Amino acid sequence: MDPLILSRWQFAMTSIYHFLFVPLTLGLGWFVAFMQTRYYQTKDETFHKMAKFWGKLFLINFAMGVVTGIVQEFQFGMNWSEYSRFVGDIFGAPLAIEALLAFFLESIFLGVWIFGEGKVPEKVHLAAIWLAAIGSNLSALWILLANGWMQHPVGYVIDPTTGRPMLNDFLALITNPKGWLFFGHTIAVGLAMASFVILGVSAYHLARKSNVDFFKRSFQIAAIVGLVAALLVIIDGDEQGKYVYETQPMKMASIEALWNTEQPASFSILTIGDLSGKKEVWSLRVPGVTSLLACNNLTCAVQGVNDIQAQYQQQYGPGDYIPLMVFTYWGFRFMITVGFLMVILAVIFLFALRGDLTKVKWMKWVPWVIVLPYIATTSGWIVTEIGRQPWIVQGLLKVQDAVSPNLTTVDLLISLIGYVVVYGTLAVADFYLMKKYAILGPDAAMTESVDAAPSVIGGQD
Amino acid sequence: MSHEFLQVLWFILIVVLWVGFYFLEGFDFGVGMLLPFLGKKDQERRAIINAIGPTWDGNEVWLITAGGAMFAAFPQWYATLFSGFYLALFLLLVALIIRGISFEYRSKDASPKWRATFDWMIAVGSFLAALLLGVAFANLAEGVPINAKMMYTGNLFTLLNPYGLIGGLTTVSVFLLHGANFLSLKLEDELRERANAFAKKLYIAAVVLNLILLITTYIFTDIYAHLGLNPGIVPIVGLLALLVSGYFINRKQEGWAFILVAVNIVFTLITFFMIMFPRVMISSTDPSYSLTIYNASSSAYTLSVMSIVALIFVPIVLIYQGWTYYMFRKRITTKKESLVY
Repeated sequence: MDPLILSRWQFAMTSIYHFLFVPLTLGLGWFVAFMQTRYYQTKDETFHKMAKFWGKLFLINFAMGVVTGIVQEFQFGMNWSEYSRFVGDIFGAPLAIEALLAFFLESIFLGVWIFGEGKVPEKVHLAAIWLAAIGSNLSALWILLANGWMQHPVGYVIDPTTGRPMLNDFLALITNPKGWLFFGHTIAVGLAMASFVILGVSAYHLARKSNVDFFKRSFQIAAIVGLVAALLVIIDGDEQGKYVYETQPMKMASIEALWNTEQPASFSILTIGDLSGKKEVWSLRVPGVTSLLACNNLTCAVQGVNDIQAQYQQQYGPGDYIPLMVFTYWGFRFMITVGFLMVILAVIFLFALRGDLTKVKWMKWVPWVIVLPYIATTSGWIVTEIGRQPWIVQGLLKVQDAVSPNLTTVDLLISLIGYVVVYGTLAVADFYLMKKYAILGPDAAMTESVDAAPSVIGGQD
Repeated sequence: MSHEFLQVLWFILIVVLWVGFYFLEGFDFGVGMLLPFLGKKDQERRAIINAIGPTWDGNEVWLITAGGAMFAAFPQWYATLFSGFYLALFLLLVALIIRGISFEYRSKDASPKWRATFDWMIAVGSFLAALLLGVAFANLAEGVPINAKMMYTGNLFTLLNPYGLIGGLTTVSVFLLHGANFLSLKLEDELRERANAFAKKLYIAAVVLNLILLITTYIFTDIYAHLGLNPGIVPIVGLLALLVSGYFINRKQEGWAFILVAVNIVFTLITFFMIMFPRVMISSTDPSYSLTIYNASSSAYTLSVMSIVALIFVPIVLIYQGWTYYMFRKRITTKKESLVY
């Protein structure tokens, strides 16, 4: 097997896995900080329990995000050394700043929050969870500015001797609209995912009439935040679509399975492709809607895949510049369908709040909504990352030229299998603990040493 | 500021980040390795973990920042090192993953089997991480096969040479001692006594390995050509600090013992960087293929921007991280009601 293919699989797998945990960390942190603030203000014990209970789930999930995050930083150098050499003058900066500005803040103050209750002043303990939440969201900003640069390079000149991009405008790098659009999308996604996790877990308990007051209030907060966040995700996503139209036309065309340039451009309701994922067999289309998505009117022209391919061949030399459309096309449709479904569900949940939640017949099915944000975020990243293939840096460097040349198939098989085993085992442990603490409910989260076991080796004191 | 000045400045900054990581995570790794041996009962193990509980994650960020800084300031160094030491770093990542997750998960289930598994994962992860870091730094000082295209041409077993392994074992022994000293500072009563007893034994191992490292460094690296027979004050103070720490360990003056071993760790690591400077990856294939701070660095513009960011935020981080150590300065008891799980 080709080391390049294996490196791509490994990067895809570890990144998707890492991002299963990230949005919940981003979103749930705000919820816990809010709940603890309400407790601080009102001294209402329910808010205290809420901060503790949702905080417990937050921590179990947080640990997974942290340990899988180190892999992300290391593998640019490990698997993509030629990429690292090529973009080092630019891409390393936001990565280093992320660690310095965000990771320290997040890690150190989360430590204060976990261990500090009763040991540090109450105000400090409250500040700690806010700083941890700010830190983790700030880390999202820097890594998305880095990713934004790969999708839409700005603020550089090409060094004539090395042919590599050199940073010449740091301000352009940190104000790259691509990165900020990603950031807005991701922050809203985090809140939406946290809301749906809270809704699902609360519904489980409401359907069983356990801790009714606690979970009613949690359900209420999450329904409101969930609706607002899901709407913001869509609004920001729409803005992103327009920016993709301007900056990555091939991604746009492949998302829409638009083969030839159209004016106005139609939107595909259903396209069936052949097995290569790059050829159309049959398609049902609505006229004008892709133009609407791309540039807010029903008349503009949207370039088609074939035309861009021809243009890129002229510009960058021979090669296949068409991404695997089966992923971009279907990934996008999964994402937006689930996104809109989440809005509709949030509205239904808000209406349900007017009655008695424990008497709602469908409540026992609501825990399943937890899977929705996971489907949407995973498909979203697949669209974004596959949509820019074959580029690792849009227009500047191809993935095939970015891989570490010294790695052998054996090296990669060892690491790939190693990651599958370790990540697979951790997923089981994480799921087991999330489920266990979600079902145990708030009282278990309140008593710190409830789980103190009989000693590992000898008897207990 | 000239490009050359910035390149030296960033070499120093990266040394500072690694030194911070070794000093802080050094005792975390030591505590992790000692966990199953020092803690006999569950509450004792919990108390040992809690001694580093609030701070270990922040300590590990020094590693991530060092990695990020190498990428930003010396991309060629980052690229050659990380791709070259691929399997060693993969094992390091696995070690850090299983160790990190275990701190958070070990107490979240009451089953003794569950807890024993995670406790051993902490110990094995800490051991493996310390060993691999030591192996890596010894190889950086010794030189590794690198061709004209800045590409590493060895494999994992190239790194596991005698000097690399001596570097690894020395690091393990000193981190163990550092951890034992830290625990005797942070724990009470019987656990404190036990930690001190461990420190006494580990002291001997650390001294022996340090002396072996000293001698072999003159055999395997170009320290003699680079720094001379008298290598200067840094390595000498580092070794003396370790020797003197034995006196304070015996007298149970834990504070001094901790500081002196910390000096040994910091100064030994600085010595490795001094042997390398201005090279960052020494090529054993041909000295002219070596990566230096001059041919591996980013542009003057990037280094200037990063300098401003670092000079503002490194002090801020130091202040709030230092403050958390002050906040959690009290000794940890094994009394059940005061243990945070």
